[in-house]
Amino acid sequence: MTSLSAPFSFPHRHLLGIEGLSPDDITGLLDRAETYIERNRQADKKQSVLRGRTIINLFFESSTRTRTSFELAGKRLGGDVINMSEQWSSIRKGETLIDTAVTLNAMHPDALVVRHPESGAVQLLSEKVDCAVINAGDGMHEHPTQALLDALTIRLRKGRLQGLLVAICGDVAHSRVARSNIALLNTMGARVRVVAPRTLLPAAVERFGVEVFTDMRQGLKDVDIVMMLRLQLERMQGSYVPSLREYFHFFGLDYEKLAVAKPDALIMHPGPINRGVEIDTEVADDIDRSVIRQQVEMGVAVRMAVLEALSQEPRNIAPAK
Amino acid sequence: MTARTLFTNARLLDPASQLDRQGEVLVDDGKIVAVGASLPRDGAELVDCAGHCLAPGLVDMRVQLREPGDEHQETMATGGKAAAAGGITTMVALPNTDPVIDELALVEFIARRSRDVGLTRIRTYAAATKGLRGKELTEMGLLAGAGALAFTDGVAAIADAVVMRRALSYATNFDMLVIQHPEEPRLAEGGAMTSGEIATRLGLPGITPAAEVMMIERDLRLVEITGARYHAAHLSTGDAIEAIRAAKKRGMNVTCDTAPHYFALNETAVGDYRSFAKVSPPLRAEDDRRAVVEGLRDGTIDAIASDHAPQDQESKRLPFASAASGIVGLETLLPLALELYHNGSVPLLRVLGALSQRPAEILRLPAGKLEAGAQADFAIFDLDQPWRIAVDAFRSKCRNSPFDGRPVQGRALRTVVAGRVIFSADAAA
Repeated sequence: MTSLSAPFSFPHRHLLGIEGLSPDDITGLLDRAETYIERNRQADKKQSVLRGRTIINLFFESSTRTRTSFELAGKRLGGDVINMSEQWSSIRKGETLIDTAVTLNAMHPDALVVRHPESGAVQLLSEKVDCAVINAGDGMHEHPTQALLDALTIRLRKGRLQGLLVAICGDVAHSRVARSNIALLNTMGARVRVVAPRTLLPAAVERFGVEVFTDMRQGLKDVDIVMMLRLQLERMQGSYVPSLREYFHFFGLDYEKLAVAKPDALIMHPGPINRGVEIDTEVADDIDRSVIRQQVEMGVAVRMAVLEALSQEPRNIAPAK
Repeated sequence: MTARTLFTNARLLDPASQLDRQGEVLVDDGKIVAVGASLPRDGAELVDCAGHCLAPGLVDMRVQLREPGDEHQETMATGGKAAAAGGITTMVALPNTDPVIDELALVEFIARRSRDVGLTRIRTYAAATKGLRGKELTEMGLLAGAGALAFTDGVAAIADAVVMRRALSYATNFDMLVIQHPEEPRLAEGGAMTSGEIATRLGLPGITPAAEVMMIERDLRLVEITGARYHAAHLSTGDAIEAIRAAKKRGMNVTCDTAPHYFALNETAVGDYRSFAKVSPPLRAEDDRRAVVEGLRDGTIDAIASDHAPQDQESKRLPFASAASGIVGLETLLPLALELYHNGSVPLLRVLGALSQRPAEILRLPAGKLEAGAQADFAIFDLDQPWRIAVDAFRSKCRNSPFDGRPVQGRALRTVVAGRVIFSADAAA
């Protein structure tokens, strides 16, 4: 295990997505995150790794858990964390994304944690600032820290990622979590399946190194991990699937469908859960199978590792002109 | 009018007569008097073309000039300068201005502004439906009488089958052309790029390529019932081109065009969310790009138009899905079209025909030919000159081009309208 004081090299300026990361990059982040798990369970959680560093959480889309997770991660490492949400006045006034980026940049933050409802928006912002930018979810594109925390959760329970059979089920088409997880799991040598009705599978999904299923009983057969995705309410009322009832009947995870998976298969969900829509309440709460709460815990550890990796180096900050 | 001028020492290129030889062109009073190997001097002013090409001026059948309404993006004056520098002698504006060109007075306004600006000739289409709303027909007969060249709803498809049928049917009263933006709008709704692997990877909402051929196939049925003259704009997919190819084979009176970005680029130009590569219809897969080249080679695609669509920085410096669509094209039309010749895909005279003779024929304009009696509209260009496209040098008000820095070959040296030089590279800043 990496010691807490060992230098930690991460050869990227930003974390915009899983795509582009090497197996070593991912393993490095996961190893580092693992060192924080124990400390986070103790009464005294504070460290000084990021003392003097400023981290701004910039959320253009509401999110409680991801924002809180990043905030805790930054504070536990001793950094100063500021939250700016879409209620922030100038964002509301219609200031453009780039103007917001330039304004915040002038305040010399060391890292910006950004969530935005549009794909590519975080990358666009990263091109206009001097500091590190961490993608906390952009549209339907990527949510890299979610994939990392999922990987850490799996690794702790299964001891590895390599060779595992993972089924990602539900609204793959609109899911940034699915895209990041497919990229990460493929990079780390897991085998990935996607299981969804055709209307919720993106175009050319078979070219992403996944096996495609439209039947849960086939798709879940012998899998080690069942990753459920959240189905947005507006997509289940006749537009992509005819009804909640029909969706749950064919694609909701219950014990009957789960029976074809490996007996020790883990159940995961990025949250927040729609109980009775994509997952049966009892399954979600099954203490032996469901690792949904553990995922939340790993989230803080992974985000600590990411913040450390990206905001520790002094930034080259150009003086104001 | 202009003095008697003899353009000598030129490589004359006339797609209509398949002429390609050294020769001279004599111009008087805005018209071509004679075209030949050696013409009598007769005291004419001499212009030595130094062996460069002299061809009919480009007829760009699809541009947006943003005047009236969005003069901060382009005006007829800035668009006129850009067109002149691109070897374009006639361009035709879409009616999607503010206000929409759906009234007589607005057609007359364009004609008057074109005369005032006095550069590239500017003609206009009129809206097919009032306010481009796709519901009620415009006064096609009166608008045609005022000089509208054809009817179109611009960058919007005439989507309702009943409205399209009536527009086509009514246009036949005046033997007028209807131009369609062929895209099934419900399939394209909310889409940001062509659907497929890249859109999925980028998490961008996709537009299925089938949206294009579906609208064309529907329209072809309506053309069969109405007997109208129909033109499909900016084809981007192999299936759509094949549908037009089959229709032409059946003897239908239909034509189509494409724009340089559909044969010079494919969907990979979107790269990491480059909004300058966002265009409507979207850039397509490589197979479709090749099909566009083949359509130009075999003549299925009649014309190449710039599809000039100026967008200011504020409209493009946005997350990809929110950014505006469009590419400025007046100053890059000629060199990008000449890539087809330089890379051996399409013969030179066919490329030039698609840029001048064919659009002029489709729109029944007295242009696009080098022959005695024709209006003296032509471009003198260096066919081989290598240069790099530089958006900072554009005369257009906007810089939204994905071709910045692209090495190209061939450049307009002099553009002549009615015998008058409206652009000269020597005088260019």
